[in-house]
Amino acid sequence: MENRSFISGLKAGSSIAIGYFPVALTFGLLAKTAGLSLLEATAMSIFVYAGAAQYITLSLLTAGVSPLLIVINTFIVNIRHFLMTASLNEKMQPDAKWKKAIYAFGITDESFTVLATQKGGKLKTVYAAGVIIIAYASWVVFTAVGHLIGANLPAFLQAAMSIALYAMFIGLLIPSVKGNRKVLSLALIAAIINSFFYFTGLLSTGWAILVSTLASAIFIEIISSKRGKA
Amino acid sequence: MEAWYWWMIAGMAIVTYLPRAIPLTFLEGRELPEAVQNVLRNIPFAVLGALIFPAVLFIQEDIWFGIIGAAAAVGIALLGANVMFVVLGSIAVLAVYSVFF
Repeated sequence: MENRSFISGLKAGSSIAIGYFPVALTFGLLAKTAGLSLLEATAMSIFVYAGAAQYITLSLLTAGVSPLLIVINTFIVNIRHFLMTASLNEKMQPDAKWKKAIYAFGITDESFTVLATQKGGKLKTVYAAGVIIIAYASWVVFTAVGHLIGANLPAFLQAAMSIALYAMFIGLLIPSVKGNRKVLSLALIAAIINSFFYFTGLLSTGWAILVSTLASAIFIEIISSKRGKA
Repeated sequence: MEAWYWWMIAGMAIVTYLPRAIPLTFLEGRELPEAVQNVLRNIPFAVLGALIFPAVLFIQEDIWFGIIGAAAAVGIALLGANVMFVVLGSIAVLAVYSVFF
């Protein structure tokens, strides 16, 4: 089994850091265009730390939407993390609640998937800390850099790097899918349900991910428990 | 910007933090029913499916970016490369694609 130290956490988190780099850079740039100061833009990345919600907030601010509605929208977009941290709890070693309350702040779609798909037994808190710190640092630092330089990467690189986080998700999924029909079904069914919500516009992105994930996870559990009994 | 901006940031920070922190702290030391545990163990793979698709198709206006990038990622991952290599390799493939097309 692999080493589960802080350093190996940093290594596992470095794919997230690379993926966040172009997204945070663009966020900093757009925040500047939306009229936020360097301090205001960076503070949002430091305290909120939620990519999708931050992007939406910029467009809502520009549209003159009230701050209260922006806060409510942020909650709606991020409520999916409830499901992820409940799942992650099964994967983490038991530890003091205050420690868990600290690293909970760093759970994003990306850090969750990196942690939850690690093979082997329970994960140590220091390992999670490594994954989270390098991802968070990338998000905060490159938000500030994007605002400061006020320019983006060369167009071809910006376009190419937009695959980074999806490539990471695929890189996490494939090793588990190999020779495991249950894992493949879980991912496929969730993708199909999510596509349905996307193309019909029935649910916004945050809810669509929450509902499709939960539906797929429950459906497969029902199927496999029935097979187990039969 | 004025004070309301900072109140908004505080509000956003709280409503983002709570769904992250409540399950991890409240569930500590609690044993959930077997069926619920199984569902929770299914979540990571289901969420990956939902995070990847269909969003990967729309990373650029040109839908081929997403398709080629995802195909490259799947191909490299199937070779058994680690995640970092999958990420860098897919970026490299798309960089070449965007220079030539």
